[in-house]
Amino acid sequence: MLEIRNLHAKVDGREILQGLDLVINAGEMHAIMGPNGSGKSTLSYVLAGRDGYEVTAGSVLFEGHDLLALKPEERARAGIFLAFQYPVEVPGVPSATFLKTAVNAVRKARGEKEYDAFEFLKLMKAKRDALGMSEDMLKRPLNVGFSGGEKKRNEVLQMALLEPRFMVLDETDSGLDVDALRVVAAGINALRRADRAMLVITHYQRLLDHVRPDVVHILSKGRIVRSGGPELALELEAKGFAGVMPGAAA
Amino acid sequence: MAETPVLTRAEENAAQIDALVNEKYRYGFVTDIDSDFAPKGLNEDIVRFISAKKNEPEWLLEWRLKAFRFWLSLGEDEPGWANLRYPKIDYQDAYYYAAPKQAAGPKSLDEVDPELLKTYEKLGIPLAERAALAGVAVDAVFDSVSVATTFKDKLAAMGIIFCSISEAVREHPELVRRYLGSVVPYGDNFFATLNSAVFTDGSFVYVPKGTRCPMELSTYFRINAAKTGQFERTLIIADEGSYVSYLEGCTAPMRDENQLHAAVVELVALDDAEIKYSTVQNWYPGDADGKGGIYNFVTKRGACRGRNSKISWTQVETGSAITWKYPSCILQGDNSVGEFYSIAVTNNFQQADTGTKMIHIGKNTSSRIISKGISAGRSSATYRGLVRIQAGAEGARNHTQCDSLLIGAKCAAHTVPYIESRNPSARVEHEATTSKISEDQLFYCRSRGIAQEDAVALIVNGFCREVLQALPMEFAVEAQKLVGVSLEGSVG
Repeated sequence: MLEIRNLHAKVDGREILQGLDLVINAGEMHAIMGPNGSGKSTLSYVLAGRDGYEVTAGSVLFEGHDLLALKPEERARAGIFLAFQYPVEVPGVPSATFLKTAVNAVRKARGEKEYDAFEFLKLMKAKRDALGMSEDMLKRPLNVGFSGGEKKRNEVLQMALLEPRFMVLDETDSGLDVDALRVVAAGINALRRADRAMLVITHYQRLLDHVRPDVVHILSKGRIVRSGGPELALELEAKGFAGVMPGAAA
Repeated sequence: MAETPVLTRAEENAAQIDALVNEKYRYGFVTDIDSDFAPKGLNEDIVRFISAKKNEPEWLLEWRLKAFRFWLSLGEDEPGWANLRYPKIDYQDAYYYAAPKQAAGPKSLDEVDPELLKTYEKLGIPLAERAALAGVAVDAVFDSVSVATTFKDKLAAMGIIFCSISEAVREHPELVRRYLGSVVPYGDNFFATLNSAVFTDGSFVYVPKGTRCPMELSTYFRINAAKTGQFERTLIIADEGSYVSYLEGCTAPMRDENQLHAAVVELVALDDAEIKYSTVQNWYPGDADGKGGIYNFVTKRGACRGRNSKISWTQVETGSAITWKYPSCILQGDNSVGEFYSIAVTNNFQQADTGTKMIHIGKNTSSRIISKGISAGRSSATYRGLVRIQAGAEGARNHTQCDSLLIGAKCAAHTVPYIESRNPSARVEHEATTSKISEDQLFYCRSRGIAQEDAVALIVNGFCREVLQALPMEFAVEAQKLVGVSLEGSVG
């Protein structure tokens, strides 16, 4: 589904990604772990198409198409979703209005009928109940004054409503207490499907106790240096990043 | 050897902003119609000409002449305190009266020139009552004259007078004479004085005691003729315990020259009366290089004369090359309430210096000001406001909130609030913020599938939500779209 080849990317003139290779198939969940500054967030922004993240070499194919040629909104419509580490506050715009605008923009681009207010409210209610979100929360301006947990739930709600094919979750576990982590993880698991894939970026094993990846990668200095099964995350937890680097003493 | 220019991100953004600010103005067409003009220029004969054209009584001509002589004494010395830059206006190089040639004062819509009806239809204001927006009565002012007023008879049956001010001068002289100039005297300021001398038409509303006007009243102002100034005068009187909601809209053709629009609006609310006055101002703003556009110098003031009266101004200002406008409230009656809700959008080279004055005279008077300024391109927006609490205004309260949103790096926003309190029991609050649409916000929206322009419109509409909610529902949607359109292409 997603094929990253020899990806190099610069931010503010500094090369952060230095030849990253990664192939993710439909139905799979991959986790990327790595120390601060290894390029985790850069990878997520490059995939979502953020300005200022300049790809200098390599390619990214999404279902066989050149993803890098698309604008951010076109990528979203094609089925890419990035759950932000720090969801952005937009004062004055009620969360529900934002969600409806986004869902209808995506549906329109996909040639589907746009939802009217009633249809959308019904759909939203079903999805937000599953995430334990109140109606009141969605009337509040987008992410403004939301707690860390509320922001992350809101990201998962957006993901559920936009029905993407490929999801990048950037440190979705950061800022969550145990209960919130459980709810968010359940929301993520509910979205797993044979025709979808996910890339989970995290610092810690703790999210992976709740969502089980098929493959775990260690990212260091802009490249994937080691890959393995879920046990790699446990090994990392025990030994730290230095301990799992190739060539580290066993 | 040719070099490929390498742009930094900031430069690239700036270039895109520049390239995209050329949004088309949808109302820029000219109606081809024969018009009567007064001779070009301004002198006492022109004032007499206008008054004679309208068969005005002697007292009104005298009032105009007093105003004109006072205006002459001002020596073409326009107020210089506003944060506006424009070349000197040549008052002799304009027509002060232009009226489409048609049978004077058409009795019914059937007698109105079809070209005019077509014009208003094109503007989205059908005048035929069966096609009209339900619940809205319209007075259509074309250049210097009112060409049609709808639902007049239905309103008259309730005792509500809604007609052009010229007709009111003829049919209801006692009301006009009593209230004209009672809120904005002829010597008030340079532009109001000019207006008092040469005003040509405008709307008149009188709502009798205890009557709630069942429909929105609205005036649609259209400038069509070239080299013509529009000087309209509107007078609205809400008698005891009455209520009226009034809306005005304005558009003009696209021209390279600047045209002057200097209007005066006076509102009078007696005991327990309420007037809600909404404006959607979309005069031609000039092109992307700042050429052309309307100079909009307007004096709007409401007097809450009675106890428990209320006047609420809501304005959405997206047009005009220059906007100079301070809809104000004189809170004379005890417990009276004044409100000012404003959205001012400037793009390209537009300049706006706008705000309000709340003058608290009566006891327990309260006022609320919410101003949202949005500047893009190379434009400049200034909020200028005065809250004055007079010594006798025991328990007066004011809350002011003044927010500016900047789009791009070449525009400017200024806030100039004056607060004068002469009563220790008064409570006056002022809050102000300035923000920019951040790249973070745009990227976040776009990563959810929302196109850049739609994201800007969404964020801006969120920014002005409180004000949009104050508009009559029929117009809130229109205004919301207009704000989006005015900013189209403002972000790269």
